[in-house]
Amino acid sequence: MVVAVFRLNGIGVRFNGAILLDDISFELGGGEFLTVVGPNGAGKTTLLRILYWLVKPTEGSIELEGKDLAVIDRRQLARTVSYVPQTDLGGSDFTVRAFVEMARYPYLGPWEPLGTGDHEAVEQAMATTEVVHLGDRLFGTLSGGERQRTLIAAAVAQGGRVLLLDEPTSYLDYRHQVQVLNLLEHLHRDLGYTLVVVTHDLNATVGYSDSVLALKNGRIAFAGTPMGLLDGDRLAAIYENDFELVERTGGGVPLVVPSRGTGS
Amino acid sequence: MRSRIILLMSLSVLIILAAPMVGMHILPWTALVEPFSREPSAVILWYIRIPRVLVAFVGGAGLALGGAAFQGMFRNPLATPYTLGVASGAALGVAFVTRFGIMMIPAGGWIVPIAAFAGALLAVGVVWGVARLRPDFSTTVLLLAGVAMTFFFSSLILFLQYTADLGGSFRIVRWLMGGLGEARWEALALMVPAVAVGAVVVGWRARDLDLLMVDPEIAAGRGVDVVRTRAAIFLGTSLVVAAVVSVCGPIGFVGMMAPHICRLLVGGHHRVLLPVSMVFGGTFLVACDTVARTILAPVELPVGVITAFLGGPFFLWLLVRHRSIFRH
Repeated sequence: MVVAVFRLNGIGVRFNGAILLDDISFELGGGEFLTVVGPNGAGKTTLLRILYWLVKPTEGSIELEGKDLAVIDRRQLARTVSYVPQTDLGGSDFTVRAFVEMARYPYLGPWEPLGTGDHEAVEQAMATTEVVHLGDRLFGTLSGGERQRTLIAAAVAQGGRVLLLDEPTSYLDYRHQVQVLNLLEHLHRDLGYTLVVVTHDLNATVGYSDSVLALKNGRIAFAGTPMGLLDGDRLAAIYENDFELVERTGGGVPLVVPSRGTGS
Repeated sequence: MRSRIILLMSLSVLIILAAPMVGMHILPWTALVEPFSREPSAVILWYIRIPRVLVAFVGGAGLALGGAAFQGMFRNPLATPYTLGVASGAALGVAFVTRFGIMMIPAGGWIVPIAAFAGALLAVGVVWGVARLRPDFSTTVLLLAGVAMTFFFSSLILFLQYTADLGGSFRIVRWLMGGLGEARWEALALMVPAVAVGAVVVGWRARDLDLLMVDPEIAAGRGVDVVRTRAAIFLGTSLVVAAVVSVCGPIGFVGMMAPHICRLLVGGHHRVLLPVSMVFGGTFLVACDTVARTILAPVELPVGVITAFLGGPFFLWLLVRHRSIFRH
């Protein structure tokens, strides 16, 4: 039997009386690409944080590769799963290379220098994400697309085979969106990474995904294939707005365009 | 970077070696070789100057350690253990024993440092308790609680000072200026263990600090236990600063300035930054104290006057020249 990467069983999160997530159950297989969509406030980011144990569920259980997530040590978790939050990488001015090297944290003692294996992991991650030429640049001088690739480079260097990404293409212009989407597809299709992407953009990663989860008010409103989600009535029910679905010239999933005027 | 570190270390060794010989009287080198002699110059050197220089070095190192750790942890250039009310807690302790004449009871010179230490720990405890009520141990809450405590303690200090007699009032004000005039060998017994423990606690988490400085969520994503790390650094550095302040008084700016300068010199990696900051902060305080006790000799200036005099303009310069150190 193949052990699922993640298995969620009746997960609920209540905080100060508000229900952030309610009765979430699903399984994620190894090498699968899952996109989580939904309106603002549906609980998408909370779900992602739960998978990383940054938010602890108040109900239900989560297993990572068959082990209860609650008892997995943080460093151990970091060796399996990498989390790419939405951030502007404020902080201080480290170079891109220094930042990627920091991703080896879960393997190093407090004063242990990076070993050969660590350096190899860093080089390989930077090559995969095409940030080698940015190595000596400081965070503050990077463009949005370069920052996102640097964040992903560090997540890859961290060594896990599961990447959790929060809105990886938001705030990027079209060219950089395409770059990041191609990178994610490469990681998934060619290198076999398991990806969970949270996005509000129905035209971003849905088309690349094996499966899609739509949340609404903290509950699962849809779980299935991309084509199953991209249905006018279904989207209207989830987003409370009508949509036009436009066929793309190259085939694949249709382009989703929100209709104006019919909404309230 | 390596050459800068070597230069800094050599300079620091020179200053520390020269500092005890300089003062109201320049002492002959011969005093150095006879530590137990009754010669006045040997007594001054071994019982006054050398302990004082050591206290200044350990104190400056401890404050710089605390500043470097807090600035990294809070991602805030102004954060020092000072901001969290440690110094004002210590001052309240001193004001309390001074106002009620408790310092007159025969306990040697220990009453004031002990009262300061207790006050500092009280402040730390309150701020800690408030922050613990929040599940995320948020740094903003810590900072605001610290500021609130500082205001509250300040009002109590003013009250005690206002109702004290002239002598008591002066002693409180004098203590608030900070100074190393009381520094003796015994003071090191309090400071060295505290600074050593703090250095180990913080140094153990140097990598965590690098990541926290980038972004707390990223740090958590790399496997850092953010809440536990923050708690350990908060308690470790508070202990250090409480010990230093109780001996030296609230010496402004050393803890804030030294790490900033060192960050410019050697970069933001805490495994380098923490030890370099400690050496720099220690040496800086030794130099300031040497100036304070020689510039108007035989009158001695409180060292806090010198450090704050240098620190204020320095910080303005830092704000204008190096906006990139902290980016928000």
